[in-house]
Amino acid sequence: MAMKFRTLKRHFKEGLKNSWRNSWMTLASVAAVTTTLLLVAVFLALVFNLNHIASGLEEDVQIKVLVDQTANEEEMEELSEELEGLDNVESVVFSSRDEEWQDLMTSMGDQGEAWGLFEQDNPLNDAFVVTAEEPQDTVAIANVIIEDFDYVERVNYGQDFVQNLFTFNNYARIVGAVLIIALVFTAIFLISNTIKITIIARRKEIEIMKLVGATNWFIRWPFFVEGLLLGILGSILPIAVLFTGYYYIDQNMSAVNQFDFVQLLPFTPFVWQLAGLILLIGAVIGVWGSVMSVRKFLKV
Amino acid sequence: MIEMQQVKKTYPNGVTALNGIDINIDPGEFVYLVGQSGAGKSTFIKLIFREEIASSGQIRVNNRDLLEMKWKDVPLLRREIGVVYQDFKLLPKMTVYENVAFALEVVEESPRQIRKRVMEVLDQVGLKNKARFIPDELSGGEQQRVAIARAMANYPKLLIADEPTGNLDPDTSWEIMKILEEINGTGTTIIMATHSKEIVNTIKRRVIAVEGGLIVRDQHRGEYGYEV
Repeated sequence: MAMKFRTLKRHFKEGLKNSWRNSWMTLASVAAVTTTLLLVAVFLALVFNLNHIASGLEEDVQIKVLVDQTANEEEMEELSEELEGLDNVESVVFSSRDEEWQDLMTSMGDQGEAWGLFEQDNPLNDAFVVTAEEPQDTVAIANVIIEDFDYVERVNYGQDFVQNLFTFNNYARIVGAVLIIALVFTAIFLISNTIKITIIARRKEIEIMKLVGATNWFIRWPFFVEGLLLGILGSILPIAVLFTGYYYIDQNMSAVNQFDFVQLLPFTPFVWQLAGLILLIGAVIGVWGSVMSVRKFLKV
Repeated sequence: MIEMQQVKKTYPNGVTALNGIDINIDPGEFVYLVGQSGAGKSTFIKLIFREEIASSGQIRVNNRDLLEMKWKDVPLLRREIGVVYQDFKLLPKMTVYENVAFALEVVEESPRQIRKRVMEVLDQVGLKNKARFIPDELSGGEQQRVAIARAMANYPKLLIADEPTGNLDPDTSWEIMKILEEINGTGTTIIMATHSKEIVNTIKRRVIAVEGGLIVRDQHRGEYGYEV
């Protein structure tokens, strides 16, 4: 579709003129796109960060296999080999009951030192720490170990917490996706209506254009430009809100950073990428809306 | 220029407008199309510039097969055909100059070429001095001349006029006929649908009479009338 620059200029001029002539409808559509994109932006920022935090936590998920106290060294060796032979397992690390004791004491801090007196009576088990290749497989692997393996006293992997985290994440993604799709279609519908009105206002002009041999693309372009403009205008405010809002939250989060495990995605490049995505969604909504409404009018 | 064989047209609502048309129109001819309202004249005209597509048969216009034609080639066909209507179809907010230039902008002519050609065709219809007027400031006859100038801008080989004098008084009608004759004199084929007995019987040309979707008479230097 080779087009002369002069023609392109004409299409842009026409598109701008149309938007200006129907300024109230333009304003309404831009407002619709703005609302949609604002919600999309907030939602995406939330989902991406939840995902980020969740994957951080997921990566820390390990299965601790506590070895039966009665197991002898041979049996322990057998268990170790069986664990390493499991599918989807990334690593199996042995941790002796003495090491377990040390870890426990360290994690208890000052209190731990007091407990140090009881080191001789260490009640802990030897343990294998199993890490899954995919965090999602953790629960399945743990179940296999519980049911099929001998010499295992207990298996620990923060069952409920991991399970809930996965469930919550999945629900959040589905609900969010449905919400966004519904909003996007509303915005497309509003834009296509706006453009339909500018088309009706120019129906006679289109009829004559076709009569004198204008190609469909020649007729379509100004409306295409108009849709694009509506989409881009609608994305300005959401992007501005995104930048200021995220900056503010990011600053405050790092100020009260005792929740070390809750790390937000870093402002750069995340906000820039998200802004680009919002702009793209805006443009797609606009163009789609205009293409939809022009299609009907170009038959014959 | 135009060949039709066994052309039939039935509209989606079941009305059969044309019921087997055979016709041959040579380049440079001037043809009157006569017949009652509803006889099929408008459909005949619309088939030629493919505003409607025939239900069956064969149509060739300027060596293009209209039934086999792809959508993207339709604009190319229309650039070879100028169309003039009874109600002029001018854009009211544009000047005379802009109305004519519009036809050339659409085919992406250069601004220099557009300027030159617009003044040329306006001169041809005698409206060079009214280029800056808007259609409402002109008489009916003048508006029709603008429409003719627009139709001629792309150097069409065929000019179709659908009752071009239908809204005009007799004196003005003769002015329009004079311009059409001049255009025909330069080699452009003209097909003109009309209800004017006076015009047909005075400026004698080929007459094609349509009645009930059929050609009932095709006569060179014929007279007005479409009774079987």
